[in-house]
Amino acid sequence: MVETDLTKIWVYLSASPLLGLTVTLVAYLAAHRLYVLANQNPLLNPVITAILMLIAFLKLTGTSYEDYFAGGQFVHFLLGPATVALAVPLYQQFSRLRAVLVPVVVALLVGVVVGAVSSITIAWLFGASPETQLSLAPKSVTAPVAMGISEQIGGIPSLTAVLVVVTGILGALMGTRLFALLRIRDDRVKGIAMGVAAHGIGTARAFHVSPVMGAFSGLAMALSAFATSALLPWLVDCLRSVYGGWL
Amino acid sequence: MQFLNGITLLLVYQLVGEVTVRLFGLPIPGPVLGMVLLFLTLVIRKRSSASLDTAANGLLSHLSLLFVPAGVGMMVYFSRILEEWLPIALSLVLGTAITMVVTAGAMLATQKLLTRGQRRDG
Repeated sequence: MVETDLTKIWVYLSASPLLGLTVTLVAYLAAHRLYVLANQNPLLNPVITAILMLIAFLKLTGTSYEDYFAGGQFVHFLLGPATVALAVPLYQQFSRLRAVLVPVVVALLVGVVVGAVSSITIAWLFGASPETQLSLAPKSVTAPVAMGISEQIGGIPSLTAVLVVVTGILGALMGTRLFALLRIRDDRVKGIAMGVAAHGIGTARAFHVSPVMGAFSGLAMALSAFATSALLPWLVDCLRSVYGGWL
Repeated sequence: MQFLNGITLLLVYQLVGEVTVRLFGLPIPGPVLGMVLLFLTLVIRKRSSASLDTAANGLLSHLSLLFVPAGVGMMVYFSRILEEWLPIALSLVLGTAITMVVTAGAMLATQKLLTRGQRRDG
């Protein structure tokens, strides 16, 4: 008796966006608590812990990603207004930005080109399929933008979304260590490098370090979204003629 | 009320961005154009508002959360990722590290070049 009642409840829940939305928030809050308890150890980045918890939950309950996303999309949707909201910290740091405008523009263009070329070339060298190479190309750009670019150049947009998230986590993990290793102390430089390589997840990490690093990272993320959408289709054509039929 | 005013403003800018991008067939995403338009508005008005600050800070302080649903999509591509794990892992790790170091290097080098040029001029 109890079993059939529970089954009925589960049938209702699994068909409703309520479950997907609630488990997303609960998983994130739990992951965030864990991260705080572990003294903000970057290995316990709340994004990756929450994703792993949710995948385990969905596998255990036999829920498909589509059913989950019916609820998850409400959180996913907020990426749009959050991108627009980056204008606010950007404006607050505007006077600081003006002082380093030329170096920022140079770093941005170099970073965008090197980012796309390096990821495609490494994947090509180690034998990834053409679709995977193209899905990797926009990996450093914020998810909604990267998915659009991926579709345009012939990658798989949802695979790109996943690669973008992993790239962001890796960037957040490696960033502060790399900068310490290279003795880079300027928060503006660190922010720009973080935003170009690791978009929003890197920016979230940068805001934990300092408001200056966060604002510059947000700026770099926004501008690199612009630059990558404009440059990548053209870059891929150039690489195609170099690598022949492999792309 | 403040949060509501702020979030409405953000959505209006996103909407204007999306519509403009589609209208003119621009190769950039709508929210990015919305961000640029909002930034230009703030520069012209020379100030932000309390409600906009509240909404923006609220969204940006939980930026990481917003990436979770897309990341869970990893489960759909598990077999492809397993098959090509080596090139994918190397491309992600090395590509990200190279991008970060080269970007920081390019910015530091340009800064150095500019200050050297200024010193010579002065």
